[in-house]
Amino acid sequence: MRVALHALAARHPAAAAGSAPALRPVRLTVEPGEQLAVVGPSGAGKTTLLHALACALQPAGGGLELDGADPWSLPVSDLQKLRGRLFLAPQAPPLPPRQRVVTAVLAARLPRQTLFASLRSLVYPLNAEAARDALARFDLADKLWERVDRLSGGERQRVGLARALVSAASLWLIDEPLSSLDPSRAAMAIDALTSAARERGVTLVTTLHQVDVATRFPRVLGMRDGEVRFDLPAGEISAERLAALYAQREHELAGPLAAEPAPALPAPYCR
Amino acid sequence: MRDWKSGPSHAAAWGFLAALAALTAASFWSLDLQWAKFLSADAARRMGRFLLELLAPTAEPAFLRKLAVAGAETLAMSALGTLLAVLAGLALAVPAARTHAGERALWRWPTRLALNGLRSIPELVWAALLIVAAGLGPFAGTLALALHTSGVLGRLFAEAIENAPPGPAFALRAQGAGSAKLFFYATLPQILPQLLSYALYRWENNIRAAAVLGVVGGGGLGQLLSFHMGLFHMRETSSILIAMLFLVALVDLASYLARRVLQR
Amino acid sequence: MSATAPPALRDPAWTGRVFWMLAALALLAPALVATEFKPWLLVEPDALKATGRFAGDFLPPKLEPGFLWLVARECWRTVAIATAGMALALVLAIPMALAATSALSVSALPGRMHALPFAVRQLVRALLIVLRSVPELVWALVFVRVVGLGPTAGVLAIALTYSGMLGKVYCEILESDDRAAAHTLLRNGAGRLQAFCYGMLPQSAAELTSYTVYRWECAIRSSAVLGFVGAGGLGQQMDNSMKMFQGSEVATMLLVFMLLVGLADGASAWLRRRIG
Repeated sequence: MRVALHALAARHPAAAAGSAPALRPVRLTVEPGEQLAVVGPSGAGKTTLLHALACALQPAGGGLELDGADPWSLPVSDLQKLRGRLFLAPQAPPLPPRQRVVTAVLAARLPRQTLFASLRSLVYPLNAEAARDALARFDLADKLWERVDRLSGGERQRVGLARALVSAASLWLIDEPLSSLDPSRAAMAIDALTSAARERGVTLVTTLHQVDVATRFPRVLGMRDGEVRFDLPAGEISAERLAALYAQREHELAGPLAAEPAPALPAPYCR
Repeated sequence: MRDWKSGPSHAAAWGFLAALAALTAASFWSLDLQWAKFLSADAARRMGRFLLELLAPTAEPAFLRKLAVAGAETLAMSALGTLLAVLAGLALAVPAARTHAGERALWRWPTRLALNGLRSIPELVWAALLIVAAGLGPFAGTLALALHTSGVLGRLFAEAIENAPPGPAFALRAQGAGSAKLFFYATLPQILPQLLSYALYRWENNIRAAAVLGVVGGGGLGQLLSFHMGLFHMRETSSILIAMLFLVALVDLASYLARRVLQR
Repeated sequence: MSATAPPALRDPAWTGRVFWMLAALALLAPALVATEFKPWLLVEPDALKATGRFAGDFLPPKLEPGFLWLVARECWRTVAIATAGMALALVLAIPMALAATSALSVSALPGRMHALPFAVRQLVRALLIVLRSVPELVWALVFVRVVGLGPTAGVLAIALTYSGMLGKVYCEILESDDRAAAHTLLRNGAGRLQAFCYGMLPQSAAELTSYTVYRWECAIRSSAVLGFVGAGGLGQQMDNSMKMFQGSEVATMLLVFMLLVGLADGASAWLRRRIG
């Protein structure tokens, strides 16, 4: 998928109206099949950028073009079809705890399935082979029938990535794919992701805190405070540029793990 | 330690409580309570006789068979009524819940109103109303339980849907999945244990309600009870009461065990 | 040396699911039979005619002033029965809760409670359980036969059942709150009642009152239901009207009842928010 941003500005969904946008006007063009890594300290607007690209956030200014079409001026049904061609992997793996891995992975096929087929798949999984093959690339084929909450954090993250391989998307937007993975697993995971993207000609945009991994991508975007500071092929990025990007935030170069607070359960109704 | 004595807002609350005390006094005064009748020797004698007979339940086989049938009927009423209520409650909870900010949820207020209406009419009143349509017997009782409980469960389910962690649904929505698919793949898997837990709690309540619905003609142990008490057969009444307590204990145990299994 | 076969793609949970589905159906069938579950009966011509006539009478609800005055009076009686019943329930519940709570045990201060006080406490708790478990409708049926039709039976039925409920929950509230103050008073020789009033009441009062107000709201609903067995109030009037197929009267009373319950719900919620 071809992505083009024309001075796109976006506000964080929970921000008050009139506050400074999390994403200052951004100009960006990504050709089909390109692989792009986005780096920067937290609060730089990397996640907001991904969500804006995923049409999950209405832009506060400027324009977005996906495959030549402005998604926000499309009729709803066309927008839904467009959404079916992109895939977003949020930072925290979006997997219901008590669901089985096979169902969680196959959920990425939902846009293509009829409602009846998707319900049938809940009773007995259709296309479990596709899920198994996707998981095998992340070394998780043996966890196919396990429950998600029986996996470790790193395994759950890899399941979230495996979903991309099952979807029919031509644009993969991956937020912090390596935050729970140790270096060897991280290398294997990013390898699997990039090779799969290359095989299918998919446009891949991923945010990373691990700068050493990011610099292995053909193109790197550096962001800070909602702005793009540099947009360069990896070979042209110097250590000074990176230092300037992470000035006063060097400790984030290793990548923090965000823990999500547990939601409060409603109290049971007493008679 | 709660600071309960200070603050002007508390003054209003305590003022209301004083009004409540005045209400109590007025209640006693306005009802013509038959204290004399209750505390009279005649009443005491009757209560005494009732209590004595209640302590001597009958174990006659023919009656015990009838009791077993009525007990099974009551148990079936409570279980089926709760099951129907789960289905109806879920069907109503989906439109009654706003699943994410920005969803218009046009059906939210009408559905919530309907759920409140179903909830506020007690099971017994529903049973009395439904007997017109369904006739005397356990069918009316089952429907009465189902209608009342679907109001209760519908509201609880709607709250559970609204409070479900939004992550999974967000990711699938970004991919363009429709709301039905979102519900089955992202929302329901997360809230199902909670829903079943609520349903099991209501089953515990419903077995108690089912036992007495028979008094207005809803079948089961209640109908037997009303019949025998009307004829002052206190020994049979005693057996029926014991059966009721046994059934309640059974369902409480089953519900507790099921909830333990769910938490695994 | 065989190549590692890919894991079998048969869903391992399938057998289990089929088993539970069949088991559920096996339980459902007799339940449907036992409850005489025949939904098609609802749409038989006779049933439809009766329902249609009854439901048709609902609109318009009877709004004639004389009748409305009657309904208002019965509403008051329902609330009065509930309030009087709760008052009596409190009179019974408070002493029982104080007797049953281990927080006021003098013998437990140094260590384990002695045998006799323990037995007494368990006995009171058993009494509370019995009072709670017998449905109030059953009490009402008994009392109607002892003192006759009318509000007395309803008041007594509510008093007994709710004393069990209140007693148990008061006991639990007292046991879960901090006992340090009460224990200090007991150790220094204060009487149990004094220890309660000065050591436990200040911290537990809000929770106790909150639960009592919530139960009062439930009592109003109960008292309407008890009317169906002759205990007076709105329920008895509704029963009379239903037996005479006066749909418009029933409609008015249902609306008034829902309003009453809504008001009590709101008042109770407001009060509990201010106290708690």
